[in-house]
Amino acid sequence: MAVLSCENLCLAYENKIAVSGLSFSLEAGEYLCIVGENGSGKSTLIKALLGLKQPKSGRISLSEGVKHTEIGYLPQQTPAQKDFPASVWEVVLSGCLNAKGIISFYTRKDRQRAMENLEKLGISDLKNACYRELSGGQQQRVLLARALCATRKMLLLDEPVTGLDPIATAEFYSLIRDLNKKDGVTVIMVSHDLHAAIENADKILQLRCEPLYYGSAAGYAESEPGKKLLGGDGNACHH
Amino acid sequence: MPAIIEAMFSYPFLTRALIVGILISLCAALLGVSLVLKRYSMIGDGLSHVGFGALAAAAAMNAAPLYVAIPVVVLAAFLLLRISESGKIKGDSAIALISASALAIGVMIVSLSSGMNTDIYNYMFGSILSMSSGDVTLSVVLSIVVIILFAVFYNRIFAVTFDETFARATGTKAGIYNMLIALLTALTIVLGMRMMGAMLISSLIIFPALTSMRVCKRFKSVIICSAIVSALCFFTGISSSYALSTPAGASVVVANLIAFLVFAAVGAIRDAMQLRLGKG
Repeated sequence: MAVLSCENLCLAYENKIAVSGLSFSLEAGEYLCIVGENGSGKSTLIKALLGLKQPKSGRISLSEGVKHTEIGYLPQQTPAQKDFPASVWEVVLSGCLNAKGIISFYTRKDRQRAMENLEKLGISDLKNACYRELSGGQQQRVLLARALCATRKMLLLDEPVTGLDPIATAEFYSLIRDLNKKDGVTVIMVSHDLHAAIENADKILQLRCEPLYYGSAAGYAESEPGKKLLGGDGNACHH
Repeated sequence: MPAIIEAMFSYPFLTRALIVGILISLCAALLGVSLVLKRYSMIGDGLSHVGFGALAAAAAMNAAPLYVAIPVVVLAAFLLLRISESGKIKGDSAIALISASALAIGVMIVSLSSGMNTDIYNYMFGSILSMSSGDVTLSVVLSIVVIILFAVFYNRIFAVTFDETFARATGTKAGIYNMLIALLTALTIVLGMRMMGAMLISSLIIFPALTSMRVCKRFKSVIICSAIVSALCFFTGISSSYALSTPAGASVVVANLIAFLVFAAVGAIRDAMQLRLGKG
């Protein structure tokens, strides 16, 4: 059953087209990586998937039982968060707000849920720690726990390993893989890390305003656009 | 010291000033945390200058100052917020533009209507005598409304302050909460500026948040600490203004400055000790 499908989607800013002719569908429990150069429309697509941007034409449909607000989102970190005084607990708990109306006090159920997610990600000992004093990898785990408070079904991660060291990156990828394989969470990840994408994801979507490739991760390395981007990566390393 | 405080409370106008001032300090401290963390501190400064212009216009028209200033400053708050968000002119320069213009227009109005007199001095630097009993009632009611709204929407305000993108993505109407914060800030500034002065009111918003952020590490403790620091500094400021016959607004700001320095020192010492413990 498709949890998410886009039909002939076109996204635009005023007169500038950011994404066009995009059609794909994602099954429940799949792991999709969206790759592409800067300015290829990835961020715009994310905004549209989150319901923050209306499509110019075409449509995005989520399967029944999933609302836009139930997509667990892991945004890129903002500079303001670097010196933000907040405890891990406060940050994680704020993920529970999406199910609430105007009156938004936390219930015992919310606290339980937040605690479960802290334990699941192995950071329950950091509950009372100060968010800004954590390492990059720990901060990403905290934000992931917050995203899990908002959803059990679908995670949308925007370049989640930016700025992490290699060990933290590997740990983060394995965490996501576990959530995907063991808990059946559908994962959509925007990434610049092509090799990890091929290794971890089921499917890959390459964008350059139009979809250049959509299909299995295994077939991507053999495809024309895949070879080009992977090759381009190689060249970049020589500089 | 107790004798001074007792003597202060024997003056009804001082008692009124203390009640209103402490309530406004509480509002300013609560909102200030969010404004400082969202990098909107300059909005407070901009709004107070707009408030100065509005007060000057009200005086020239012989209208009740608060009833003119409140709508004007609320409008300005929405405008500043929109400018900050749209990003066509960078937020801080847009605010500087508007605040300087409002200040200039205010000075023009005052000098054309009554000439530079004590009024303008009082608007700039505040006067404890400026509150009529009608103003007191309005101020008390509005500041209680601000505090209640802040408490009711506390969790949402945290979410929007910490991570607006995530809040939007998970269905929080971030725009509405930004407007709420701007609206409450506008009210607080108008109510506080006649006592504190247009030049000094923004310190009431910025100082307590920065002070408590030196020491506190959680959002909730920053909020609570700011509220306490703000109220205490106001009280200390007014008491010393009474004892030393200095202007009220300036005395409160100096009290806040001292608190900030003390907290910064405590924070720095604690961090240094933690570093040493961590190494040892």
